[in-house]
Formats: sequence, C-alpha cells, structure tokens
Amino acid sequence: MSPGNIVEKAAERGLQIIAVTDHNHAGHARLTRKLGDDKGIWVVYGVELNTKEEVHCLAFFDTDEQLDLLQEELDRMLPKVPNDPLLLGHQVIVDEREQILQNISHSLVPGLNLEISEAARMVHDLDGLFVPAHVDRKTNGLYAQLGIFPDGLEVDAVEVSWRTDVTKFVESHPELSSLTLIQGSDAHFIQDVGRTYCNLMMKERSFAEFRKAFKGVQRRKVILA
Amino acid sequence: MNLQVFQGEKELDREISGGYVSDLLSDVMGHAREGEVWITLQSHANVVAIASLKDLAAIVMVKSIVPDDQVLKKAAEENIPVLGSPEGTFETAGKLFSLLR
Repeated sequence: MSPGNIVEKAAERGLQIIAVTDHNHAGHARLTRKLGDDKGIWVVYGVELNTKEEVHCLAFFDTDEQLDLLQEELDRMLPKVPNDPLLLGHQVIVDEREQILQNISHSLVPGLNLEISEAARMVHDLDGLFVPAHVDRKTNGLYAQLGIFPDGLEVDAVEVSWRTDVTKFVESHPELSSLTLIQGSDAHFIQDVGRTYCNLMMKERSFAEFRKAFKGVQRRKVILA
Repeated sequence: MNLQVFQGEKELDREISGGYVSDLLSDVMGHAREGEVWITLQSHANVVAIASLKDLAAIVMVKSIVPDDQVLKKAAEENIPVLGSPEGTFETAGKLFSLLR
C-alpha cells in the first residue's frame, strides 16, 4: 500500500479523486498527491483518526499548511506505546521508489488523546471535513463504541461501510437521514482500492466544490454508487 | 472459576500477577501489565495482538462470547490462552479478584 501502488491501482480502476486516510498519520499525503498529479488523479489530503473512545473518524484537508498543522497535532496526541512490527505491523514512510525514509516508532493503533467532539473541533479549526468512519461497523464504528449518535456532534458527513445495506441502516438510524453519507473502499490491501466508491456532483475538482458536495448545496452532492 | 478454555490448555499453570478489565484496546496498550489476566468483551484478532504485545497471562472473554477460529489460531501462534466466562464482566472480575487476594 505504498503511495505509488495506490495511485497506480486507482488509475487502473478509473478513479478521479482519492483520499488516503492512514491511521493516525498523514506522512504519505504529499507524495501521494504528487504521484496522483502525474496521473491526473486529484488526491485529497486525509487521515483516519482514532479517538479516545476508539471511534474511527475520517478527516479531509486541502492545503500543505493544514496538513502540517494536523500532523503536529497527531504527533502530540498519540500515546507513546512502542510499536512491535511483528504484532501490529510495520509503520514506515517511503519515497516514490519505496525506499524507507522513516520508521514510526510509536504504535499508530491506539486512540489519540482526543475525544470525538474535540476531534471534530480540531478538524474544523483546520478548515477540514469531519466524517465518522464506517459507523455501522462493530469494530471502531461510532454506534458500536458510543451506542448513540452524540448530541451536538458536528459532522460534515458520515461514512457507511462498503458491505452495508445503506437503506436499511438509515431506516434503523433515522438521525442519519438528514446527513450526507459517503462510502469508500477502506482498502487495507492494494487489490481493494476502488472496490467501492461514490460519485460527486461538482463543477470541478477543488476542495471548495468538495465541501459543497458534502454540504449538499447549490446542486452539488454526493451520490452513492 | 468455571471458565471454558478456548485455546491454550497446556499453558494454564502460568503465573498470574493480577487482572485488568477494559474494552478499549488503547487503554490496555497503555496501562495493562505483564502477567495480568485481561477480562474483556472484545473478541477480534487485535485483542490477541495487544495481549501478546503486553505479555499478558491470558484473555478471558465474558458473557459467553465465543471467539472465531481466526482469533484462536492467532492466539495459538502467540501462545496466549483464551478463556471464556458465562458471566458478565463485573462478576467475572469480582471472582478473579477474590481468588487472587
């Protein structure tokens, strides 16, 4: 799942926009965007935050500046548990030739020192979009971890996992009917890139349009495949 | 204690230093100690990885939760006994606590 492989697979699958949302780290974002540019794919900066309550949340950003500020926050809020690559996987940052540039020594697995409401605030302070991930999933899904959709939680959309019957799920969680839903591949292996996607009705590929599509305003919207 | 053994019968005489109750993996990663028995309702494969990382004595899954074969295979590989309790976390922890005192 190196940036190079991801972009190549995405191009193969005909994807026009991708966001790589690595767990608690955004170290590959710039490279992925650069490689995406070469292939005509727009790469949205992103991350999958693991909150204190162990709810996974996606966050999407636009600029290098926001990315750097985000990474600073992530580094600050990650608990310092030494990683064991054999048990929890390798955590490396690579270049375009897949040479290892950096080994991340603290495990990226645990929840950040950040409650979900604080996570939403942090993302919005950085002008990003906050999207609880795979809310229907038993592991690290919002409903599994919290039981209910927290009152007052400011989200820009909610992600439903690729396996789910969306209509049924929204029926049993009516508070979602007024929210934008997105679906993605959540690929952890390269062959899964693009297994699910959604379509965006936008004027052009820009973050301003992206934000409008999530808001569902001015006829921009997200359409599940 | 009337626990069901899912995996690791041969390992059941190892030293136990105490117990830890948590259903948040992050919490266990940060605070559980070597030799403790981890009592939880989580039953996915990451539980085994964390137990191994922290050198825990065993995992006890509560409320009659049965781990799947993938989890047990990993537990066998990592040498982590996995046990099951028909009772809730409160009762299970209470009984273990009394036994260890």
